Amino acid sequence: MPLLSVHDLRTHFHTRNGIYRAVDGVSFSIERGETLGIVGESGSGKSVTCYSIMGLIPQPPGRIVSGTAMFDGVDLLHCSPAEARAIRGKRVAMIFQDPMTSLNPYLRVSEQLIEPLLIHEKISRRDALSRALAMLDAVGINDAAKRIHYYPHEFSGGMRQRVMIAMALITKPEVLIADEPTTALDVTVQAQILELIKKMQQELGMAVVFITHDLGVVSGLCDRVQVMYAGRIVETADTRTLFHAPRHPYTRALQRSIPALQSKGVELYTIPGLPPDVSKTSPGCAFAPRCEFASARCTVGIPELTACSPTHSHACLRVQAGEI
Amino acid sequence: MSDPILQLTDVKTHFPITQGFLLKRHIGTVKAVDGVNLTVRRGEVLGLVGESGCGKSTLARTILQLVPTTGGTVVLNGRNLADASARELLAARRDLQMVFQDPYASLNPRMTVFATLAEPLFVHGVCPPAEVPARVAELMRIVGLAPRFMQKYPHEFSGGQRQRIAIARALALKPKVIVADEPVSALDVSIQAQILNLLAHLTKQMNLTLIFIAHDLSVVKHISDRIAVMYLGKIVELGLAADVIDRPRHPYTRALVSAIPTPNPDIERTRQRIVLAGDPPSPINPPSGCAFHPRCAYARAECENAVPPLIADSPDREVACVRLSEIS
Repeated sequence: MPLLSVHDLRTHFHTRNGIYRAVDGVSFSIERGETLGIVGESGSGKSVTCYSIMGLIPQPPGRIVSGTAMFDGVDLLHCSPAEARAIRGKRVAMIFQDPMTSLNPYLRVSEQLIEPLLIHEKISRRDALSRALAMLDAVGINDAAKRIHYYPHEFSGGMRQRVMIAMALITKPEVLIADEPTTALDVTVQAQILELIKKMQQELGMAVVFITHDLGVVSGLCDRVQVMYAGRIVETADTRTLFHAPRHPYTRALQRSIPALQSKGVELYTIPGLPPDVSKTSPGCAFAPRCEFASARCTVGIPELTACSPTHSHACLRVQAGEI
Repeated sequence: MSDPILQLTDVKTHFPITQGFLLKRHIGTVKAVDGVNLTVRRGEVLGLVGESGCGKSTLARTILQLVPTTGGTVVLNGRNLADASARELLAARRDLQMVFQDPYASLNPRMTVFATLAEPLFVHGVCPPAEVPARVAELMRIVGLAPRFMQKYPHEFSGGQRQRIAIARALALKPKVIVADEPVSALDVSIQAQILNLLAHLTKQMNLTLIFIAHDLSVVKHISDRIAVMYLGKIVELGLAADVIDRPRHPYTRALVSAIPTPNPDIERTRQRIVLAGDPPSPINPPSGCAFHPRCAYARAECENAVPPLIADSPDREVACVRLSEIS
């Protein structure tokens, strides 16, 4: 049985300009200890998916229209607030993209680190502080005994992200959701943070959901990758298959458009048109208007995610029909 | 190919740090750019890479004289811009234009595309007023925008289209050199490819010289002829693009190259990564000698004492490391 399984999640935002279908029918599951990558361009719904699971969608304007997220027998989307609180922040933890805005600038790091412990465990302040200290050490902050009393602004960007990771991992969660944790960082610091996440995952045996737009980051870190487009998953496969034998035209187009996979100086493939406007519903495949293989059938029905091998599924009618 | 169009000699851009409101006391200096020597050849694409805070954007602004130079000379076509008068600078900027990182911030939201693109034409009086609309339409076509959008405002365009407008504005005066400061960093992958293709195409077609700044090494390698790597206000390595990325020589370049994740799971899983300890040091109080020595695996006592000069290692390759011959 998977550790976390999301079924038919739909999160819509009701605004003056219409309904934004940010997430529109997403199903996936993750096993204990596994690393799942979610990639997609901005606006593809990858962050909203995870925010929905964590109960971080502001309602209104957001509304979780349908779906379940089963974690250890509890539906995170429909359980009582008390049940959700017992899981969120303890067994499922999250780190965010921007460590400056997600740490409280008014509180010392020590206060923020021990907060989850004081809430979720029967523990004295003193014991909590020593756990926090050990955790800061584990995430590679030198001189932790002194720096635990610093304020967030006294840390550099990379250090703040380490503090965030320490905060998320202090309760030894079973699932860690990482929402673009390295996007705001320099490559050398990014390398440090990725190594740290890998190391902590091995120590704690947790599952990691890693959201990013960088295909390079995914390739080294994740066991399995799913590609999102316009609020839906268009392809999911183990990492090797996704990089070596992508099936969906969008995944293929993405790979042909990144310079790192092309020989130097050749013209890059460009996906024509613009990312879709999720406030307008299209009857067919959302990628059809930009797809070089689109046929009349593609604009009629929304293709379902269908397995082409036990570990590989995609949502393209023409590939499923064997036409491409 | 080898004739220089832009020559930087020992360029320094320092910013004072002051404290106090009325009686400002000078308490320190940020040495954002600290002694850069660089020759840009006519018609080449020069990539400038480095981590945030290494001074690459300040260097770009210094070249355009958007910030005052503290020392050294910036020579464009034989004229030194560092001590030029406002009038001379205005004239020089016909040949020297800039594209900024964030197309949401660099376009005036209250100006239509026409107004944005016509402004440089009017300011420099390069074409009679009657011909301005035709020239604006031509510029829009060059960057792949339909001229019928001329009367639209920036907010009606997507990020990629806005960056096209910004590029069209830079091209308006038919400059010889364009400095592009992270022009694709704010864009999604699929849009990034469009802008990279456009820039590559334009430089070839119009024989432009492009200084391309980015922190994404794969992007820089793709578009550039040569790459300069900056660390803490200085250039530490300079060479042919593919060469610098595939065979880095300076210890910092090696670490930087090894830190980029490649989108190939087989390579990514097996390779050994050089993970640098710590953060880049502060340009307010840079380390003595070679600025990289506190994070360098090969550092020796001598590295702390003297700043290593950028020395030609082979034709087309310059490296600033005293231990180069021992470590490679």
